[in-house]
Amino acid sequence: MSEEREKVIPGEILETGEDWLPGEGTRRDGKNIVASRFGLKEIQNRLVKIIPLSGVYIPRRGNLVIGVVTDINFSGWNMDINAPYTSFLPLAECPRFFNKEDLAEYFDIGDMVVCKVKAVKRKGVDLSLKSIGLGKIEDGMIVYINSNKVPRVIGKEGSMIKIIKDATKCDIVVGQNGVVWIKGKTAENEMLAKETILFITGKSYLSGLTEKVQEFLSKKFGEKK
Amino acid sequence: MAYTKRFDGRKFDETRDIKAEVGIIPNADGSAMFAFGDTVAVAAVYGPKIMHPQHSQDPKKGTLRVTYDMLSFSVPERKKPGPSRRSQEISKVTEWALSPVVNLDEFPNTVVDVHIMIFQANASTRCAGINAAAIALAHAGVPMSDLVSSVSVGKMDETIVVDVIKEEEDYEEGEGATDIATAFTSNSGKLTLLQLDGKISPKKLDEAVEKARDACKKIYELQKKTLKEAKE
Repeated sequence: MSEEREKVIPGEILETGEDWLPGEGTRRDGKNIVASRFGLKEIQNRLVKIIPLSGVYIPRRGNLVIGVVTDINFSGWNMDINAPYTSFLPLAECPRFFNKEDLAEYFDIGDMVVCKVKAVKRKGVDLSLKSIGLGKIEDGMIVYINSNKVPRVIGKEGSMIKIIKDATKCDIVVGQNGVVWIKGKTAENEMLAKETILFITGKSYLSGLTEKVQEFLSKKFGEKK
Repeated sequence: MAYTKRFDGRKFDETRDIKAEVGIIPNADGSAMFAFGDTVAVAAVYGPKIMHPQHSQDPKKGTLRVTYDMLSFSVPERKKPGPSRRSQEISKVTEWALSPVVNLDEFPNTVVDVHIMIFQANASTRCAGINAAAIALAHAGVPMSDLVSSVSVGKMDETIVVDVIKEEEDYEEGEGATDIATAFTSNSGKLTLLQLDGKISPKKLDEAVEKARDACKKIYELQKKTLKEAKE
């Protein structure tokens, strides 16, 4: 992480030569590897790829997302997960028994549900509830962030989110689509967790962010006492 | 009398001061401002998002939809707000100028909305709009094969000039004024917009297009610099 990654623009030549392989966000044009979107250039061995800085959320299989119910039909729920595709949570993907007569009893329009992306197909996204920790959100607080900053909020193997969870004693679920669910014992703790997350998204380009977040949190706790 | 000196004292192949800024609209997925002197264009990009109405959806690939308009206070005489014959035409040619570089194959049934607003107008508004829209599209993370840079060239009597202003558009001496709007893809140098208003010989047109191509290189450098220095 210490090394500054270079910002690249569409059409820019990233590397020249046959040794390089085009990764995500890049393409091969003759001898060159050319950027096909705006972002940060990253090289892994021979693979050249671009880490997006902006843009809408693109769902991938296995992503944990938080969605809003937009419609109910006889076999499940239509969801909005902030992606450019329609997404559907079928009744068959729910682990417990649901009465088919009245699906609104379980998830009504406007309810927020934590779910997993089961498949991304041409016609849309299929969601699932078959995993632990998934289901309807009953209370707590929702924070919307840029989905491209989600990896920074989670940190390496969850290091960053663990710091926030330990310091604020809140339960935090970060959806890959940029929706964050915070649930703490008091509203004060929830606000603190929210502020910390917004601090991270505002400063995501800095290196050594973990230390800065720890500093930020200890300062906040100092103010309280 | 031949056109030997420009109204604002520029060289014949010199553009006005160009300025660009990125990320000026927090609510948009991508946004940018581009200015040729006192012609100021602002572009906002939203999407890809699901296309409504549903019958306009293209199941093969995403659609690029451009809306261009001049704000009512952008010109000396108040412009009646709302779409007009002129703004619809410019929306469409801007769409055509940009669509060769935008690749929306991965987003079927979606639309990318580009809104271009002219805050201040002194000729070359469509060119400023295209430049702003290209930066805004890149900033929004839309897959693109290249950027697009645009400039207007004109023929005042027999002299070719780059980046036309309103006074030059209205020049009437000798052969009069010809106004040519051009846009080029930045790295491959392909022409994506060529509009002409006036009279010009094929030979002079070639010369004008080459002048425009050179000017676009400078504009591309600014677009590149602006994007690279963008705060996230």
